[in-house]
Amino acid sequence: MRYLPLTGADRAGMLAAVGASSVDELFRDVPAAARLPGPVDLPRHLGEWEVEQAIGAMAEKNRHSGRLASFLGAGAYRHHIPAAVDHLIQRSEFLTSYTPYQPEIAQGTLQYLFEFQTQVALLTGMEVANASMYDGSTACGEAVEMARRITGRGRVVLSGNLHPHYAAVVKTLGALHETEIVQGAPAPAGEADLAPALDTETACVVVQYPDVFGHVRDWSALAGAAQAAGALLIVVVTEVVSLGALVPPGAMGADIVVGEGQGLGVGLQYGGPYLGLFAARQKYVRQMPGRLCGETVDAEGRRGFVLTLSTREQHIRREKATSNICTNSGLCSLAFSIHLSLLGEAGLTHLAALNHARAVQAAEALAAIPGVTLATDAFFNEFTLKLDRDAAAVVEALVERGVLAGVPGARLWPGDAALAGHLLVAVTETNTPAEIDAFAAALREVLA
Amino acid sequence: MNRQGRPSAPGTAGRAGAADTVLGHRGLDHEEALIFEQGQEGRTGVDLPPVPAVEGRLGALARKGPIGLPGLSEPQVVRHYVRLSRRNYAIDMGLYPLGSCTMKHNPRLNEKLARLPGFADLHPLAPPSTTAGAVELMATLAHWLKVLTGMPAVALSPKAGAHGELCGIMAIRAAHVAKGEGAVRTRILVPESAHGTNPATAAYCGFKVDPVPATADGRVDLAALKAKLGPDVAAIMLTNPNTCGLFERDIREIADAVHGVGGYFYCDGANFNAIVGRVRPGDLGVDAMHINLHKTFSTPHGGGGPGSGPVVLSAALAPFAPLPWVVETDSGFALVEDAAGQSFGRLTAFHGQMGMYVRALAYMFSHGADGLAQASSDAVLAANYIQARLADVMTAAFDGPCMHEALFDDRFLKDTGVTTLDFAKAMIDEGYHPMTMYFPLVVHGAMLIEPTESESRESLDEFIAVMRRLAEAARAGETERFAGAPHYAPRRRLDETAAARKPVLRWTPPAPAQAAE
Repeated sequence: MRYLPLTGADRAGMLAAVGASSVDELFRDVPAAARLPGPVDLPRHLGEWEVEQAIGAMAEKNRHSGRLASFLGAGAYRHHIPAAVDHLIQRSEFLTSYTPYQPEIAQGTLQYLFEFQTQVALLTGMEVANASMYDGSTACGEAVEMARRITGRGRVVLSGNLHPHYAAVVKTLGALHETEIVQGAPAPAGEADLAPALDTETACVVVQYPDVFGHVRDWSALAGAAQAAGALLIVVVTEVVSLGALVPPGAMGADIVVGEGQGLGVGLQYGGPYLGLFAARQKYVRQMPGRLCGETVDAEGRRGFVLTLSTREQHIRREKATSNICTNSGLCSLAFSIHLSLLGEAGLTHLAALNHARAVQAAEALAAIPGVTLATDAFFNEFTLKLDRDAAAVVEALVERGVLAGVPGARLWPGDAALAGHLLVAVTETNTPAEIDAFAAALREVLA
Repeated sequence: MNRQGRPSAPGTAGRAGAADTVLGHRGLDHEEALIFEQGQEGRTGVDLPPVPAVEGRLGALARKGPIGLPGLSEPQVVRHYVRLSRRNYAIDMGLYPLGSCTMKHNPRLNEKLARLPGFADLHPLAPPSTTAGAVELMATLAHWLKVLTGMPAVALSPKAGAHGELCGIMAIRAAHVAKGEGAVRTRILVPESAHGTNPATAAYCGFKVDPVPATADGRVDLAALKAKLGPDVAAIMLTNPNTCGLFERDIREIADAVHGVGGYFYCDGANFNAIVGRVRPGDLGVDAMHINLHKTFSTPHGGGGPGSGPVVLSAALAPFAPLPWVVETDSGFALVEDAAGQSFGRLTAFHGQMGMYVRALAYMFSHGADGLAQASSDAVLAANYIQARLADVMTAAFDGPCMHEALFDDRFLKDTGVTTLDFAKAMIDEGYHPMTMYFPLVVHGAMLIEPTESESRESLDEFIAVMRRLAEAARAGETERFAGAPHYAPRRRLDETAAARKPVLRWTPPAPAQAAE
């Protein structure tokens, strides 16, 4: 048993020191009827090579993005992760450390969290950011809860073009407090102005940027309307690389910006773990969920970092905490931070421009195919195609031709016939011009 | 290097008697400026293909101003993070006796397998025909969790332990609502020794939190509990083994009493590693329990996450589980992402922490049914060994055997002028991460030590020797080694009050006047 260091002799000696005749005696507080007489009905332990074979066989059954040309997005994006990122996050001192509750021997984690908070604040154009959340969708749910706390109001307006999983999380949490949730239908060709939906009972309006269909639009006017109604504007960003090319939500007047940081450093991982970003105006900092790292000095006057404002958190405040979040996504925030440090200002803006340019090329090539209409005018690296038939069937047909063509509307909005012909296509720097050509050729063939 | 901002001041850095250094370094312990205080504009650590000339589609939304990110080369970035990493304590460096948090060995095999492209490079919305292996892995993990807990159903998607609690309490809430009792079941009983997440979760779900006191022997006061029962009780949230490191002997009576008034039994499964393979929560009357995969099945803590908190559910609660879930089909397994019925909804986008599932399942396969039972046995033995070997110099909070963690209080420090905090900081100078302090709250000056099964006897003996020596030093009046501790860490004690009073939560560029100084 390679992970268990105790030998039979060790165990006997330790039992003698404890004064017990057997380990069973140490379990004597467990009701006799609940003590299992023998091993549960599961296989015995395997050697390292056997475990690799068993898990590796499952991995082999997946046809992943490296084996097919992938144009999948809708909240998870395939970007190239520099080798240095994974190497550094696998350093033991990062990988196997715990929450930095002993700051004197956790300055590595604390300093990168402080740097991460700064990076997120800069990208979003906001004043402060926290040390990460579980993912973008739960961060979105928490942002709505925060807006309810700040405004004391119980009505929430959601954009119809908010990622449906994000809207579902908001609705799940909202059900706890009889929150009234107002949401229009998804509009692939663009969404009407949300300002008329706001009233004096509205806690917040939640929009996505770029939205789930890929549209980018200026939310400044909506920010003004929200402010006038006493509501908060929450902007959701699911593709963080877009912030290298776009006016940041903070510059449009957002009150809270949440996002999915997976696109930098974290990888696809079939949906998790991902990285929730959470930024807000300074005046709301004491209402923010999650951990915060702050600068201070040590007994010798040297700069150092600690977790701070923890009186908001469950381990101190218990039932009066601002959320029940305990864990953050520490290691994912480190990966994000390293990737962004490698890119720097020049690298991120270049990466974003490259994504955008490739996406424009792909959109033009695909929209030229008979039976295909481009439904998105202004977009970053993701756009929506309207096909003349069921998009899910087209996607399966394209798998056979080596292409993961995108996310069909039916996957995100099951049962919504109006969206069944829509295909969400994402293009990143990992999609070469040759891949784009092959996608267009295959789609042309399938639709012919 | 640009050292604007507030770098540590050279010349003040040395501890008493040590020579000052030019840059504040101490040999291999390097001072490290913030990433924003380094680099040059235009420099980058990545090479990307040229951007094709196209007519952009961003219109007026194209970013106008700079973001403010620094520019560094790859070697600069690597050096920055390597230097930072050396300022962290980690389980791979030594014993990490945090109680209630379970610091386990993190096998590199698990890391290797989670990085197989078949899992790591798999998109969550990829066509079902391309993801059979991922769904099979989820189904296999679900099977192991159900067998190990003796529970019929599991919700995999919660992202962490506290998120699992939320899932469990929401399922309980949905079950009461389905029975037409949503309006009357307003109260959740939470023992005082519970993790802070328990009352936070109950309150977050709109329930009134009613604390249940502990007995003198560190367990739930059964009589007090029974006195609190009534038709308005939605559930009890109980940790077992509890946060005092003890098994709740009356667990069946507690379950029966709560069930007797129509309430459900939520068990905080954070301490499942004490009993895995030896006791099934389903046999104890549990209706819902989250499992911290990162604690019981070894996924790395990563400086605070990510975690993963699947929730096992009784037959009564199973219909209310969140989407998505995995079902068996004629041809294998399928993911159900949308279903009519009683599900309370969706807790998170996509399908949960796949990367953690792979690591946890690899750990389960590595141990097997036999090894998991041995691991919990060894964890319990190690904790009892520590309790027994320190009993004469420190004060065990309770008599009798403990489970996987040993709880001491501060009676042995009485009249020494040394606090629990001082004692913990002195452990840092000895090369150890401190144990959990001041928790659980039911014990004064608590010190909760969890060695786990992965420490050798030599490692335990060395730790015991250090703890004995520190306890003796406190009793002998050697106060200076405690009051100023830590002396040998990258930082001396940090001013947490100042950090909270005037929070500085991000770096800001120095004002031009300051930069010119």
